[in-house]
Amino acid sequence: MNKPVETPRLAPLAAPLDRGAESRWEAEYAEGIGADRPVVNRSGIPVKPLYTPRDCDSARYDETLGFPGQPPYTRGIYPTMHRGRTWTQRQLVGLGTPADYNARLRDLVDHGTTAVSLIPCNSVFRGYDMDEVHEELLGTCGTVVNSAAHMGEALAGVDLARTSCAMNDPSPFTLLAFLLATARERGVPWSAITGTSNQSDYLSHYVANHMFFRIALGGARRILIDHIEFCNRSVPKWNPMSVVGQHMQQAGATPAEAMAFTLATAIQTADDCVARGMAPDAFLPRFTFFFDISVSFFEEIAKFRAGRRIWARIARERCGATDPRGWRFKFHAQTSGVDLTRQQPLNNVARVAVQAMAGIFGGLQSLHTDAYDEALSTPTDAGARVAIATQNILREEAHLTDVIDPLGGSYYVEALTDRMEAEVLRVLKIVADAGGMYAAVESGLVQRMIGESARRYQAQVESGEQTVVGVNRYEVAEDAVERQALARPDPARMRAHIESFRAWKDGRSQAAVKRALDALAAAAHDPKANVFAAVVAAAEAGCTHGEICGRLRRELGFGHVQAIV
Amino acid sequence: MTTDVRPKVLVTKIGFDGHDRGSRVVAAYLRDAGMEVIYTPPWQEIAAVVKLATEEDVDVIGISSLATDHLIVPKLMDALRTAGLGELAVIVGGIVPDADEAILLASGVAKVFHPGASLEEIATFVRVVTPKVRVARETA
Repeated sequence: MNKPVETPRLAPLAAPLDRGAESRWEAEYAEGIGADRPVVNRSGIPVKPLYTPRDCDSARYDETLGFPGQPPYTRGIYPTMHRGRTWTQRQLVGLGTPADYNARLRDLVDHGTTAVSLIPCNSVFRGYDMDEVHEELLGTCGTVVNSAAHMGEALAGVDLARTSCAMNDPSPFTLLAFLLATARERGVPWSAITGTSNQSDYLSHYVANHMFFRIALGGARRILIDHIEFCNRSVPKWNPMSVVGQHMQQAGATPAEAMAFTLATAIQTADDCVARGMAPDAFLPRFTFFFDISVSFFEEIAKFRAGRRIWARIARERCGATDPRGWRFKFHAQTSGVDLTRQQPLNNVARVAVQAMAGIFGGLQSLHTDAYDEALSTPTDAGARVAIATQNILREEAHLTDVIDPLGGSYYVEALTDRMEAEVLRVLKIVADAGGMYAAVESGLVQRMIGESARRYQAQVESGEQTVVGVNRYEVAEDAVERQALARPDPARMRAHIESFRAWKDGRSQAAVKRALDALAAAAHDPKANVFAAVVAAAEAGCTHGEICGRLRRELGFGHVQAIV
Repeated sequence: MTTDVRPKVLVTKIGFDGHDRGSRVVAAYLRDAGMEVIYTPPWQEIAAVVKLATEEDVDVIGISSLATDHLIVPKLMDALRTAGLGELAVIVGGIVPDADEAILLASGVAKVFHPGASLEEIATFVRVVTPKVRVARETA
């Protein structure tokens, strides 16, 4: 038998403990601090100078915290969390023509990537084909993919049965339709296709970043539910619903508001799915969430922990899910670009590291770290490399993943988690009282709340109440960093892409295209039909993105962004 | 501060991008600073911006661009000149790489505001440039 190793410890105190310690500290603190400025976080929650066990209700540990992988999931949604499997490093890629994209992707695949992302050109987000828009803008922010043929080109050499594809693909989800058409052509069964329709949440697009094609709110709502229903049935490993809080926080919502609006959107979508006759245990396990991580470190950690706890209750009690997979709050997070500065851009490396740490301690499943040069232009290769290295350093050098929920039990973090939970519930009630998220967006309530929060924050920055290093404090005369110009897509190659697209369109079976678009229109007017199934059929018949969006705009009505200032 | 003129400003976005936090915050600030502000949602066509500027007789157009939409601002400048609105001041705010700023200024843009510019800086510029725009318009 081994002799037990003795653990060195301090000897017990000679004198008894001072029972008046707390009140003495309070007095000493008050004297030392002078006129104490109240500290309030971005969500409006007052922050005390010190937290003690009296700020936490440790008697309710099992109910409010519990263990990882068990309800209420405050400490994480999986038993092993980052100790078992860390997170997916899902960096967004998208630039130029499908061939340009494929070259970059092949490089990633050759280095072992098994998860790809595809960001389409902004013209795609807006529902147009490349031959309908300003040529200067094509491919500057994403890849120009307008057809199933383009998708095939973009994903040439990628094994679709083994590669998870995340695509920024708002309604009507033509990119997934093109992917399914490509899979069919290659003989890959749809049941083997895995990935996520990133940002399929039309409400967040409507409220915040408006990266959606001009379809009216009601039409977008219907197509989303059709999309979820279709995927659950025919592409069972696909995550069709990504509920997005990121857009709203980037647009100015406080962290608590962003969490509340996201949960309200998930509730709305779940209600809509149930109204369609779908079972919560069928669709909820395929819901995923997407959040922003600001530099407000502890607040973000508390936001994620509170969100997990609230969602577990909502999914079980309100939605009636009995499958625990539907209770788990799976989320991807991206470090906040709004916090980054153009001044002294290398400082952004520090900001992104702090944001990423908050997301990791918050228990994320997937992470995108922003490049330090985002406030200057679309990220350069050098910026993207530092962003990836930051994740690797936090994981493997700093060992942030050794312990599950390492800040759990911190008096401050637990008390703040409780306060953030209360604030999220308060905002959730405002939305519920307005008739749910759809009605609250339709009436402009959510947009107004976000606008007010954005202006309040900007006023704090302008008054100096909120420091932004290099902007309103610690400015330096000139930045030492050379601002690199970004490589733009080669205009000649883009021109050739347009020409070949036009020639390809002329060579299609025009009768098949017309038939498919007419069927799409008929589906749009038939409440029993599935519009997304018609989108997939149109993609397979050779219809383009612009043709599909244009026809749906015509049939389901134009959408306008509300002018709310 | 020039107080005898009340600037009339059109705050808008052209191109594809829809991120409108900046344009909304700026529009609200200029309005609260006493200016007459015409605000549009994103995605305006160049022709629509020219039409609105003509009809509303604005002194300044503020274009917010965060995702390369500034690349078509020179087209807007040409369209404004063609419509006889060459005197009004166009300012651009957002993410504009240095090399592109030179292109915009050469195309006639009065000023580019980068991330970190304060709202008061923008308001001051508008107040200063408006009388100049009006004089130029009178003498044109």
